[in-house]
Amino acid sequence: MASIEELKKISSQVRRDIIRMVTGAKSGHPGGSMSSADFLTALYFGVMEHDPATWTRDGRGQDVFILSAGHLSPVYYSLLARSGYFPVSELGTFRHFGTRLQGHPSVDTGLKGVFQASGSLGQGLSAAAGFALEKKLDNDPKTVYTLLGDGECEEGQIWEAAMFCAHHKIDNMIAMVDWNNQQIDGNIDDVAGVGDLPEKWKVFGWTVLECDGHDFNEILKGFAAAKAELGKGKPVIIMMKSDMGHGVDFMAGTNAWHGKAPNEEQCKVALSQLEETLGDY
Amino acid sequence: MKQFLNLGNKDTRSGFGAGLLEAGKEDSNIVAMAADLASSVKMDAFAKEFPDRFFQCGIAEANMIGVASGLAIGGKTVFAGSFAEFVTGRVYDQIRQEVAYGNANVKVCASHAGLTLGEDGATHQTMEDIALMRALPGMVVINPCDYNQTKAATLAVAKYKGPVYLRFGRPAVPNFTPADQVFEIGKAITLNEGSDVTIFATGHLVWEGIQACQMLEDEGISAELIDIATIKPLDTEAVIASVKKTGAAVCAEEHNTAGGLGELICMTLATGYPAPVELVTGGDRFGQSGTPSELLKAYGLDAAHIAAAAKKAISRK
Repeated sequence: MASIEELKKISSQVRRDIIRMVTGAKSGHPGGSMSSADFLTALYFGVMEHDPATWTRDGRGQDVFILSAGHLSPVYYSLLARSGYFPVSELGTFRHFGTRLQGHPSVDTGLKGVFQASGSLGQGLSAAAGFALEKKLDNDPKTVYTLLGDGECEEGQIWEAAMFCAHHKIDNMIAMVDWNNQQIDGNIDDVAGVGDLPEKWKVFGWTVLECDGHDFNEILKGFAAAKAELGKGKPVIIMMKSDMGHGVDFMAGTNAWHGKAPNEEQCKVALSQLEETLGDY
Repeated sequence: MKQFLNLGNKDTRSGFGAGLLEAGKEDSNIVAMAADLASSVKMDAFAKEFPDRFFQCGIAEANMIGVASGLAIGGKTVFAGSFAEFVTGRVYDQIRQEVAYGNANVKVCASHAGLTLGEDGATHQTMEDIALMRALPGMVVINPCDYNQTKAATLAVAKYKGPVYLRFGRPAVPNFTPADQVFEIGKAITLNEGSDVTIFATGHLVWEGIQACQMLEDEGISAELIDIATIKPLDTEAVIASVKKTGAAVCAEEHNTAGGLGELICMTLATGYPAPVELVTGGDRFGQSGTPSELLKAYGLDAAHIAAAAKKAISRK
């Protein structure tokens, strides 16, 4: 498990990967990838029990992560590559013809580390719940993790799944919400108004935790607290407070970079704000 | 012509239920899910026998498909059942992304399909489901004709690894295929051999096809009857071989013309062995309330209509 200093270094490199991938593809979704980069780095390098060498798609004997918000593929692919699931050099193929790194995660390209396709929103929590049930049936003590966008919580299926998880006492799963209050059309409160999300999850029967999604001390404490709630008969969710585009000043706190790539000039400026720690791909 | 004995009217959904229970006894890796219609879809026997392997999802089909995909990728063979409209049209995107594109070993089990659902009316009588499921890459589409065949198909599906759409119905209909049959996915079943015209039928209309063959025989016309129990992958070889022999075809199904079996047979023959084809379909319409037999007559799907279509196809040779 990486130290906080190491996690900071990894997340800086992951952000560089994100910027370079979407710039190279001239498309993609940097905003949410940047807001979730820190807590997902902590998840992959400090929390999850996983091993790329023995990974199989059925997730047997390992922790499982399902990315429900599939447009966060840049951060996902970067973390998978940096964890050793496939060569980091492959990140440069993101969204290019013939790539295994499809615009949204797919499972038909044989890319290691991806359990389920996602991109059409609102579906990953259900899939994660299925994995969690499967682990219970097989007496596999490992944990299932999943990440939802806060805008994604506008999808009705999320709340179908929320009820299902509480009813079936799915307590071997930790869900996360990238709580950046932005979606593609603007500020969530202006676009659709998901309201008081923590309260909603609570009344749906979940144990709800909140933490600063950019402070590694807080993130690790949050995951530890969530893990302590496992096995208690209730599903667990962590509201990760975050800023869209976090890490690059002109991308932060706005929906403008939800689904837009920087140009070469903007890419240079962005990279100048992110330390290269592990070597660019 | 060959005679077919009705062993007694039975609903095809009960054939599914019996098959699921038997498959569950044979293979402990099988799990089942329902969206509040476990008894209507006849999954209740499985649920009672294997409570730990049955997951009730409530009236939330989208979530059911997603959970099914997770269970399947984790290693289970998953049967997820509801009414045909609610496990296809309502959740098309979930099936597309998480089952078909996600290549999950999920069996989408659809009861109450087609016009013969009857009194419930158009909201429930899906006649578009075959088109939706056929359009998904890699999806196997099966529509058995009676109780025994549905049971046999369910057992075959349980052994097949990959996404399947299994379509069956609500009303009690003649049960005439052998109880001990082994269902082969992708194989057309020639029920009656003939030389003047081929009748391709699927689902409940296979029995209507048998009656049509009899009517035609009474008029001196020899009709071949082929049960297309697997719509995808279609047994192209059998379709073309039969029409090469007869020179004309009729296709009968409880489905919209768009995207149904008839369209598929037309495409197969147009590209493989062009011949006159007449379609017996629900047309481009929604259903309505009525008894199954009233509806089959009103929508032109009964034996008399199939026989008339056969004569028309022959006249176009």
